[in-house]
Amino acid sequence: MTNVVDIRDLAVTFATDSGPVKAVDGVSFAVREGEVLAVVGESGSGKTVTAKTILGLLPETATLRGAVVLSSRDGTTEGDVVQVSGSRLRELRGRDAAMVFQEPSTALNPVFPVGWQIAEGLRAHGKLSRKEIRTKVLDVMRRVGIPDPESRINHYPHQFSGGQKQRIVIAQALVLNPGVIVADEPTTALDVTVQAEILDLLRRCRDEFGAAIVLITHNMGVVADLADRVAVMYQGKIVEHADVKTLFSSPKDPYTQQLLAAVPRIGEGLARAHERAARRPEGWSDQKPVVEAKDLRITYPGRFRQPDFVAVDGVDLAIRPGEVLGLVGESGSGKTTIGRAMAGLTRVSGGSLRVLDVEMHGVRERQFRPTRRRIGFVFQDPATSFNPLLTIAQCVAEPLVVHGLAENANDARVKVNELLEAVQLPAAFGNRYPHELSGGQRQRASLARAIALDPELLIADEPTSALDVSVQARVLDLFDELHRELGFAALFISHDLAVVDMLADRIAVLHRGLLVEEGTGDEVLGSPREPYTQRLLASLPVPDPVEQAQRRTQWEALREADERSAAAR
Amino acid sequence: MSQTPAEDLAPHRSRWQRLPIVSHLRISVGVQHGMLVVGLVLTGIFLLTALFAPLLAPYGFSQLRDDSGMFGAQQPPSSEHWLGTTQGGLDVLSRLIWGSRTALYVIVVAVAASIVIGVILGLISGYFGGWLDRTLIVIADAIYSFPSLLLAIVLAIVISGGQSDMWGGIFAAALSITVIFIPQYLRVTRAEVVRVKAEAFVESARVIGASNLRIMTKHVLRNATRTLPLILTLNASEAILTLAGLGFLGFGIEPTAAAEWGYDLNKSLSDVTSGIWWTSVFPGAAIVLVVLGLTLVGESLNDLADPRLRKRAAGAEPVEDLGVELPRTDEGAQTPREGTL
Repeated sequence: MTNVVDIRDLAVTFATDSGPVKAVDGVSFAVREGEVLAVVGESGSGKTVTAKTILGLLPETATLRGAVVLSSRDGTTEGDVVQVSGSRLRELRGRDAAMVFQEPSTALNPVFPVGWQIAEGLRAHGKLSRKEIRTKVLDVMRRVGIPDPESRINHYPHQFSGGQKQRIVIAQALVLNPGVIVADEPTTALDVTVQAEILDLLRRCRDEFGAAIVLITHNMGVVADLADRVAVMYQGKIVEHADVKTLFSSPKDPYTQQLLAAVPRIGEGLARAHERAARRPEGWSDQKPVVEAKDLRITYPGRFRQPDFVAVDGVDLAIRPGEVLGLVGESGSGKTTIGRAMAGLTRVSGGSLRVLDVEMHGVRERQFRPTRRRIGFVFQDPATSFNPLLTIAQCVAEPLVVHGLAENANDARVKVNELLEAVQLPAAFGNRYPHELSGGQRQRASLARAIALDPELLIADEPTSALDVSVQARVLDLFDELHRELGFAALFISHDLAVVDMLADRIAVLHRGLLVEEGTGDEVLGSPREPYTQRLLASLPVPDPVEQAQRRTQWEALREADERSAAAR
Repeated sequence: MSQTPAEDLAPHRSRWQRLPIVSHLRISVGVQHGMLVVGLVLTGIFLLTALFAPLLAPYGFSQLRDDSGMFGAQQPPSSEHWLGTTQGGLDVLSRLIWGSRTALYVIVVAVAASIVIGVILGLISGYFGGWLDRTLIVIADAIYSFPSLLLAIVLAIVISGGQSDMWGGIFAAALSITVIFIPQYLRVTRAEVVRVKAEAFVESARVIGASNLRIMTKHVLRNATRTLPLILTLNASEAILTLAGLGFLGFGIEPTAAAEWGYDLNKSLSDVTSGIWWTSVFPGAAIVLVVLGLTLVGESLNDLADPRLRKRAAGAEPVEDLGVELPRTDEGAQTPREGTL
């Protein structure tokens, strides 16, 4: 076995206005032919910088030290990416190493047909006739699983779904048959069922095409599913390097241990849910629900001469006081739309939605405004949900000021400090501006703002999906703690079943605007009735390579059953 | 609890250093820095001259005689009259210095009026949208389609009958310029407001229950004024050109009311052919230099508004506290990436 990539003592420093920043510091690893090496770490750990170095894609502000040796597949040539000239580097790119990007919708040029884009690499490396190029492109498209490539070769990126676009990006990388594919978070932007398909395809890249893969990811489930060896990065250094089974069964470094412990696993939250259910007084289930939706329909007006887009189609659900309802679904399932409708940010177009005794169908902003103080909202992206020109204290004080509980932000400072303390932030952080806080700190401040008025209903729209896994664990713990203390009812929206499982009393599964299944965590996750829920559960990779291998066979069986039933129809 | 620990203030740059032009001066390098410095120097000279005109000018702007008698018309530069005298027997240097004051008045009035009206209209138009927005945009486009000088002449006639005293003339010139500028401020503010309106923090203010007025003033407006310093400087130079143009065409201010470069240029037209250069070159150069200075400042601000530069100025990402104690080397502790763990 030869090494296709050999990184020796690599250090990358970026020149910034506030002085040099060391992003990668003394990293060494090698990738052997036909092997999947996962580089895991949280944002800022230097994993993406390391990956980009393999293709020489760093900006001019970066200074490199060390060596990144790329060997061609036949082992005849090798080149050090750090040293080689521009033209030699272009030769290496695509032929020896190729890249799969995170966001398939931005990695493809929208004005060219996909076939042309796949062929771009072929045109850049050697002279082939049009016919040869077309044959090669068709072949690679078929092999990455695009049905009917003869007609789809001339289609444009927007005519493909997200998962298919990622297949095309992978085809682009595979067409020159490179020795190594660098996949930078290849499934992060995708839904969990699509993720399972792409992981399957990447596995085939290794098995059928014989390509080595450097997989950059923060998702430990993906690592367990695909990787042969794992390198854990933290603050620019590799803290642990082991084969996948050893790493998951006996992590040595304290950081790795902590990282693995933070990964949410299905089943962990059941105990908490049982505990909560036991604490509830009798007659609780007969109480009047805080939120009640009956045959809720939300549509977005269609463009000229097109039918309206139905985002939510006849959903019934209820949230009783003090209860956490987890709303799970893939992108486009309408889960965020339901949350926004409850907060009065989206109009209800049909059916009935009662929030704290206000009928949201046809409600006027003026009527709803007094109710707003009884609702808290936590947004998905903590980076944009704070006014960048106000300090954290001013932002958290905003609800108090708006509802007349304080004259101005200074007046509310005592209360604000209490709130910051409740979310485990030092009171001095109140004087900072949002960009001076990290993502997790910002999201905690966001929670502080949401609970400022002691709301009866809290709506959390994917509050942890923008956060790293260890930070996510802390925010989720905090949410649980606040819920225990304050006893609000909550709608917790997430695409991640494991996250919802940690917090929710009941779970509702949405699929294309329809409520597929609803019940307690035991019912939905323990013994799902609907095939969609089953597929969703099976697609979710678990952070344990042995268990994941079993689940994969289960998932493959489910997929085959699906295909058979589709064929029968 | 409201006082700040000293260490927490440390990451803030002082308010003075975060002011638009000062911060730009700090982050600019190379040619951009040079452009900005030249622009600032020219603009500074212009402002100082305008402020201290009574002290700097040897004579008044309408003074025809001193103790030793009449100045005499079209006198070449001499020790009494450094830049000579005009056809009407006025001192060119004094007219030049007093003229900067008139120019400054016009800029201040024109820009202040157009910025207030334009920003308010842009804010309302962008925030509420709908028919009001469409109407305002159509009107703005209609004003765009007029030649601006023609519009200014029409307004100058409407406001002051074409000729008037100093403040009448200044307001006539300034308000006619205002009408041309309002659409620019409206458009720029509206575009920014539409962008900011879609941000999550505006939605979060709505969810809290803040009123429209509060959202507009506190959350949207302050985030939408980023590009205003830029068009402000560019418009200031345009205001001077329009004022000079009005004066040159004879719709300016009477020489007895105030000094005005465009008027002087107009009167020096006949001198040019008879070899009397000093009456036209100096007012012309003054207009060119002031416009150049303001434009250089504006263009530099435009270049420096590049997002990549702004991002670099913002510094490193804050470090996430993971709640776990990790071994670390002394060397690593000094890099900005490491922080409190």
